[in-house]
Amino acid sequence: MTDRLLTIDGLTKAYPGVVANDHVSFGIDAGEVHALLGENGAGKSTLVKMIYGLVRPDAGAMTLMGDSFAPPEPRAARAAGVAMVFQHFSLFEALSVAENISLGMENPPKHGELSARITKVSHDYGLPLDPERLIGELSAGERQRVEIIRCLLQDPKLLIMDEPTSVLTPQEVEVLFQTLRKLSSEGTAILYISHKLEEIRDICDSATILRHGVVVDTCNPREKSARELAEMMVGSALLQPQRDAGEFGEVVLEVKELYVPATTQFGTSLKSVNMAVRAGEILGIGGVAGNGQDELLAALSGETPSAEQTVTFEGRPIGHLGPNARRELGILAAPEERLGHAAAPDMSLTENALLTAAIRENLVSNGFVNWAKARTFAKKVIADFDVRTPGAHTAARALSGGNLQKFVIGREVLQNPRVLVVNQPTWGVDASAAAAIRQALMDLAGKGAAVVVISQDLDELMEVSDNFCALNEGHLTRPRPTKGLTVEEIGLMLGGMEEEQEVAHA
Amino acid sequence: MDLSTINPVLLIASLMVAATPIMLAAIGELVVEKAGVLNLGVEGMMIIGAICGFAIAVETGSPLLGFVAAAVAGAVLSLLFAFLTQILLANQVASGLALTLFGLGLSALIGQSYAGIKPPPTPKIDIPLLSDIPILGPILFGHDLMVYFAILLIAAVWAVLKYTRLGLILRAVGENHDAAHALGYKVVRIRILAIMFGGACAGLGGAYLSLIRVPQWTEGMTAGAGWIALAIVVFASWKPWRVMLGAYLFGGVTVLQFNLQAAGVNIPVQYLAMSPYLVTILVLVIMSSSKARSAMNAPAALGRIFHATH
Amino acid sequence: MLRLEKRPTPSKAWTIATPVLAVIATMVAGGILFAILGKDPVEAIKIIFWDPLFSEQFASYSRPQLLVKAGPLILIAIGLSFGFRAGIWNIGAEGQYIIGAITGAAVGLAFYPAGGWYIFPLMVVAGAFGGWLWAMIPAILRTRFNTNEILVSLLLVYVAEHIMSAMSFGLLRNPEGHGFPGSRNFRDYDVAANPELITGTGMHWGVVAAFIAVIFAYVVMTRHIMGYQIILAGQSPRAARFGGVNPNRLVVLCFAISGVLSGLAGLFEVTGPAGQITTDFNQGYGFTAIIVAFLGRLHPVGILLAGLLMALTYIGGDLAQLMLSLPKPAIQAFQGMLLFFLLAFDMLVNFRIRLAKSEAA
Repeated sequence: MTDRLLTIDGLTKAYPGVVANDHVSFGIDAGEVHALLGENGAGKSTLVKMIYGLVRPDAGAMTLMGDSFAPPEPRAARAAGVAMVFQHFSLFEALSVAENISLGMENPPKHGELSARITKVSHDYGLPLDPERLIGELSAGERQRVEIIRCLLQDPKLLIMDEPTSVLTPQEVEVLFQTLRKLSSEGTAILYISHKLEEIRDICDSATILRHGVVVDTCNPREKSARELAEMMVGSALLQPQRDAGEFGEVVLEVKELYVPATTQFGTSLKSVNMAVRAGEILGIGGVAGNGQDELLAALSGETPSAEQTVTFEGRPIGHLGPNARRELGILAAPEERLGHAAAPDMSLTENALLTAAIRENLVSNGFVNWAKARTFAKKVIADFDVRTPGAHTAARALSGGNLQKFVIGREVLQNPRVLVVNQPTWGVDASAAAAIRQALMDLAGKGAAVVVISQDLDELMEVSDNFCALNEGHLTRPRPTKGLTVEEIGLMLGGMEEEQEVAHA
Repeated sequence: MDLSTINPVLLIASLMVAATPIMLAAIGELVVEKAGVLNLGVEGMMIIGAICGFAIAVETGSPLLGFVAAAVAGAVLSLLFAFLTQILLANQVASGLALTLFGLGLSALIGQSYAGIKPPPTPKIDIPLLSDIPILGPILFGHDLMVYFAILLIAAVWAVLKYTRLGLILRAVGENHDAAHALGYKVVRIRILAIMFGGACAGLGGAYLSLIRVPQWTEGMTAGAGWIALAIVVFASWKPWRVMLGAYLFGGVTVLQFNLQAAGVNIPVQYLAMSPYLVTILVLVIMSSSKARSAMNAPAALGRIFHATH
Repeated sequence: MLRLEKRPTPSKAWTIATPVLAVIATMVAGGILFAILGKDPVEAIKIIFWDPLFSEQFASYSRPQLLVKAGPLILIAIGLSFGFRAGIWNIGAEGQYIIGAITGAAVGLAFYPAGGWYIFPLMVVAGAFGGWLWAMIPAILRTRFNTNEILVSLLLVYVAEHIMSAMSFGLLRNPEGHGFPGSRNFRDYDVAANPELITGTGMHWGVVAAFIAVIFAYVVMTRHIMGYQIILAGQSPRAARFGGVNPNRLVVLCFAISGVLSGLAGLFEVTGPAGQITTDFNQGYGFTAIIVAFLGRLHPVGILLAGLLMALTYIGGDLAQLMLSLPKPAIQAFQGMLLFFLLAFDMLVNFRIRLAKSEAA
């Protein structure tokens, strides 16, 4: 082939205990949008890090435009025409857009000239940006634009995008796709990493599917159904969670006019949040990252206390209560960040069991810890939730993401909560563990608990929740029954357009 | 008590001298902190600079060589801290304390045979005409070279941080080391260089104490100047020109209390002598209580350990 | 090239081995330092670490000194270990020690020359109160105004030293002292003195208090929810808040514990080994205790052993000064070096050293 841009031949990379990439081979043509599809832990990230020069392969070779390509560092990869937009942005919040972009360039032009180019390129590609604004003031979508513009200013031959839509609303995704199509028509190849099947069918010309570090298939995603792609990716048919739709009981937890100021300089403040959850109900809260999810969880768990009347539990005002007082009442929570928030990384599972279960499981008497009882409880969580670990003495940080998440969710579920609030319950968790966690949440609701699931994974929310609302820049939309919601309606809710729509109806 | 013995012109002139050691140490620490590193060893590096500068100046008879030696000594000592925190990933607070304790002990050891000696005098530069201007002349134009050097250093640090690529990279490293690393910048190397710059500046500040301000060597003569320099960086909310302001404020309090002592104010000397420390604490409280303002400019990665994993 | 790799769990073996390694490395480096100073390194190390305990000539004098020096070091270090575990840095123990000595001594001197069994207990309470009060300044400034507690607690040491000097010249000056600065000596005021309890051991009430503090700290750290919360907050502040730990309360608590223990150390010192408030009453125990706390790995039993070892270097240093005319500051540099090596070897607990493969070579 004459227009073959990048050829990857037998790339292998092993880490202690795991082969991340095992003889991976495929090719990308100029102007092609090529999908790299796989589950978390399939080896996608390792592969692109090797292409971008962040990791060196143990074996194998790459060819870029006919020449041997083995970048020892990102600088070399960039010089050769490879650019990358990371899933977690590498941006500097206290620096301006122009300064951030300048840092990513080999020979940046003078400030004024660079600002002019940023303005021009960003408008040309439909991603307008003000070069003087601080990154901290930008939304997640705008931050991604900065990353993309930074790449485009270098005229890349190959643009790598790692899960680019995970932080975008459906409308923003459409804008991004237009930009990508324009780039592709100009001859830029795009390596598009995702596990979202519909997106890949929408935008990609070809797909390489990875499973456990091995290429299992290469195909044209447009010729395959989402189901076929999913089976290639996962390898076995998944157990779909089953839920007995029950009757809802009384309102258990209610939030009225909750305002929480941003705690950090670039955090999101909650503005006039109203919500109610009934016994047996699962309320799904969607929203793009950074729209106040962490703040909402903290306000509900008691980490950020608020005015007494803003949060009520069975009619009783509890806004001023801290986390342990709320746990005593039966309001439990599982934050998004597993290591360092939901669990202390260097502490054992027994000690981490004590972290939230001290009160409801009576693990402390007269201030003294009953370690034997704490160990028993930790072992129960491990057994009931199939946590794969050598034992309760293992440090939390030694567990894989999925296993630790099962432990964290299990620790709360087994305390028989009246209300459970979870944020991103299956983020970065493999499919079977995710299914188990969702099942546990639905079982919990089935037993009469009120459950709030905050998640950025819309598929997950559609599957588990009875009612759905969205967080947008600290505003919470009114909940609507999940059944019958269309993608467009969800997109409008996520984009904060719901109110206007209602005005239009009125 | 006779307050009329206090001459305001001399007071302001000596304020500039009193402020200089702290200004030097603080501007160095500002660069270190801008790179995201908290080095609490300023006191230790200062006193090592004080004795090494003193010793070399006495041995060679050249104050200039003394200052050079002080800068080198401060930088070498700071390398210990750099090695611990950047290569071995040790806790920065503990390592900084270790540096201070070690520096105090080592300086006393080196300084054994230098107590009670006078160092060679550092010439004042008398700029003809300018220094003859009444009032302004003696205040602004009758000092030794280091007073002006310290101000120049402030200006240079300000300009480099604001206008150059080097400054941008330094700020980026202090803001988000993971992102800087992902872009291919050598986080550890940049930080080690910043730490050495801070060490050199602290060394100069220490030498200024022993060679010009006092001028003599006594054990533990920095007497908390390094800690005050650290406080002034916070006071300045990591802005170079405000470091100068903070140093002059501190210098002013120090000089004023000396003058009050000399004037025979009816307060025990000890209470006057503790006033600079109390003022520093007060200033720290005022600065930190307006949370938003100090949080605004503090380097986000300050004091965090960087470990590249990929 | 060598590369660090994080261990999945901290190594237990290295946790115990690193302080030992650090001591050995310090002996080697210290020996080199002594050699540079023109002393026989082997002889110097022997005089510092062996002779105070086993030499026929000196042991009878220096053995009791071991407890005398170790008592305040252990007492202060135990207090500091609570805060250090929680990531709360009280580095002004020296100031709390001074103020505790002053307030305790002041109460005692106020009673002079009255008798009564209650005087000494009152002084102990006053000493603890003084240390507590001085520690509350940085704690409250931190919780109320978010002021950096490291800088404030340290700056307050200098303030305390000036107060001590003012007291020696003023309020607490011995009226019968011929105008010399310094308070009355508690050796001449029996009911307020803290004498050697068992002759020839160096044991005084401060040492007893230190042993009690070790046991107290051990129980709190391993069995009590407070110890759990302190360790949790130090390792993972966000998880601690999620677990219901109030960070401000923890700051006040940790400062209170270390303030009280430092104040007690000061009181027992001024009424016992030192005897009086003078302009140079403080010996830097508050700073050396920081080294003791780290050397003992912030563990009560470790601190007990580290305190004894550090006391040994003080006594051995004095002996070396006498025998080899080794300069006094050499020991201070030696102690600082110990902390360096400790921090350097600490890395082995959490990291594995690996030979780097071709990565980024």
